[in-house]
Amino acid sequence: MKTLNEAKQNEKQTGRYGKDFGGQYIPETLMTELEKVTKVFNDLKDDPKFKAELNDLLVNYANRPSLLYYAKNMTEDLGGAKIYLKREDLNHTGAHKINNVIGQALLAKHLGKKRLIAETGAGQHGVATATIAALMGMECEIFMGKEDTDRQKLNVYRMELLGAKVHPVTSGSMVLKDAVNATLQEWASRSEDTFYVMGSAVGPAPFPAIVKHFQSVISKESKQQLQSKEGRLPDMVVACVGGGSNAIGSFADYIDDPSVKLVGVEAAGKGVDTDRTAATIERGTVGIFHGMKSLFMQNDDGQIDPVYSISAGLDYPGVGPEHAALAQEGRAQYVGITDDEAVQAFEYIAREEGIVAAIESCHAVAYVEKIAPKMSKDQIIVCTLSGRGDKDVASIAKYKGVDIDE
Amino acid sequence: MSNLSEIFKNHKAFIPFVVADDPDFDTTVKNVVALANAGADIVELGIPFSDPVADGPVIQAADLRAFDAKVRTKTVFEIVEAARKQTDVPIVFLTYLNIVFKYGYDAFLKRCADLDVSGLVIPDLPYESRDEIVPIAEKYNIDIIPLITPTSGHRIEKIAKRASGFIYVVSSLGITGERNEFFNGLKDLVANIKQYTDVPTAIGFGVHTPEQARTMAEIADGVIIGSAIVDIVAKEKQQAPAAVGKFTKQIREAVNSVKQVPVK
Repeated sequence: MKTLNEAKQNEKQTGRYGKDFGGQYIPETLMTELEKVTKVFNDLKDDPKFKAELNDLLVNYANRPSLLYYAKNMTEDLGGAKIYLKREDLNHTGAHKINNVIGQALLAKHLGKKRLIAETGAGQHGVATATIAALMGMECEIFMGKEDTDRQKLNVYRMELLGAKVHPVTSGSMVLKDAVNATLQEWASRSEDTFYVMGSAVGPAPFPAIVKHFQSVISKESKQQLQSKEGRLPDMVVACVGGGSNAIGSFADYIDDPSVKLVGVEAAGKGVDTDRTAATIERGTVGIFHGMKSLFMQNDDGQIDPVYSISAGLDYPGVGPEHAALAQEGRAQYVGITDDEAVQAFEYIAREEGIVAAIESCHAVAYVEKIAPKMSKDQIIVCTLSGRGDKDVASIAKYKGVDIDE
Repeated sequence: MSNLSEIFKNHKAFIPFVVADDPDFDTTVKNVVALANAGADIVELGIPFSDPVADGPVIQAADLRAFDAKVRTKTVFEIVEAARKQTDVPIVFLTYLNIVFKYGYDAFLKRCADLDVSGLVIPDLPYESRDEIVPIAEKYNIDIIPLITPTSGHRIEKIAKRASGFIYVVSSLGITGERNEFFNGLKDLVANIKQYTDVPTAIGFGVHTPEQARTMAEIADGVIIGSAIVDIVAKEKQQAPAAVGKFTKQIREAVNSVKQVPVK
């Protein structure tokens, strides 16, 4: 019998997930380039030399494997399931984004590209891309919504420091979705020497598959690490979901283990039932946008709705097609966490564990706070801390009414 | 298949573009009629989209003006319905796929057929995804106009062989908007397409002067002008119909001056 993951492998050839999610819906101008990206990925992903090259950078540059840390204080305080944190925040550049960026930059290099472009929301993907561009001696331009350049000034400066040019995007709602539009437009204008490093598990095929492939290192490691610490699989894996790159990476190696419950945590903003939310799986409907068929926040006419979250990394009106399929199949469960709950978790994990985690990741932490006490002490949760929270300190202070000079 | 291909048989075609409901309902109806009366062969009507990734700032701004006028998909159909009382000019829609998907492919195409809309140009529908909609469009004799670009290369053959209506040849890389320089291999690109099909070609993206229109009409079977006309609408607002009519006459003359090499 085919396992679920193998079935997906087959579907990947046409870039479809579940019944009909995924696909390629993108201007003709980019299709030839997309064919090249598909080919180089298929040719190289299992190539021993490429894998060695990738692994060398992951280990010696990005600081992998990341720790699987037993959160003793949280476990004792919450009084239920045993909590392990997968510490992607300890990677070089401070988030899971680097895993995927190293992989895609190597693909770009093999295609002979000299220039990397990328969208970014919170700035973590932009920083990771700028970092690799610096390392590999490539040009780098980052597109970031004006709203986000304002609330993530520190990351803007980091990117510039790394030699990247940051373009504040002033069209539309000036956030992540608009940054994706601008990056697609830039790629359509200049693809000859340029590789679009897609930051999340979204976009036209093969990008969702590429991002999953390079992020699956998270679950491959956590599975082995937990095996050596506890001798068994976790009962639950929890990760935050915007487009869904850290979540798909955190789930990947467990999808065929039916005993492992997979939970994706979306940003509910002011509440799942309000207009100020980014909980796409709970609230969205099927649509076609940014190159893929998936779930989107949109009106009855198919116009994309503005979304909202305190987190610049999660306020995306869509979600990766594989998450839409996992939700449809019931293999993964998706829940919403509000701004208030995420901010509370930001403070909680700082005080309990001495970890300042990214506000995105704190959505996952907040769910763990809710669910762990309801589970028994012999159960295990693995929660991915997708990034570190230094970038968020000033805006969380502001949210709490404290004015600090950045 | 619609009758679109026939239009190109007797002369070089001119296809102007305006955005529906920019700046309002009545002006759009008058613009469509004015374009038809001034000699447009086909009018391309843009359905506004929140995130028009293939479009430059001029058309993005027009979409925003239409949203200010509270445009809905049904408004666009009502505009065509009103225009149909005054003109039978062939009309094609420029729309992003999600608009059609959300309306329902069948319902949307049926409504098009009822209003005698001949085709759809869908910039985010590449060859690979055409089966999503083409079989339904065929049922209603509506053409899904394919786009071919300077980067299409080996893809040209399969796209051209399954084309109907006309082929939208994209003049340059990137997004819509006025340009002074075009992809310098346009002649070869069109010749390459012609190897595989008799379906006529029309060049668009960036064309904005009568001289450029003449050059493009020498290369292809027709020329599409979008941003330049949308720009007139932006400046002239409710007075736009007279101004776009005048502009269309100039383009018409320029295009007519090109000696027609009959399409096979």
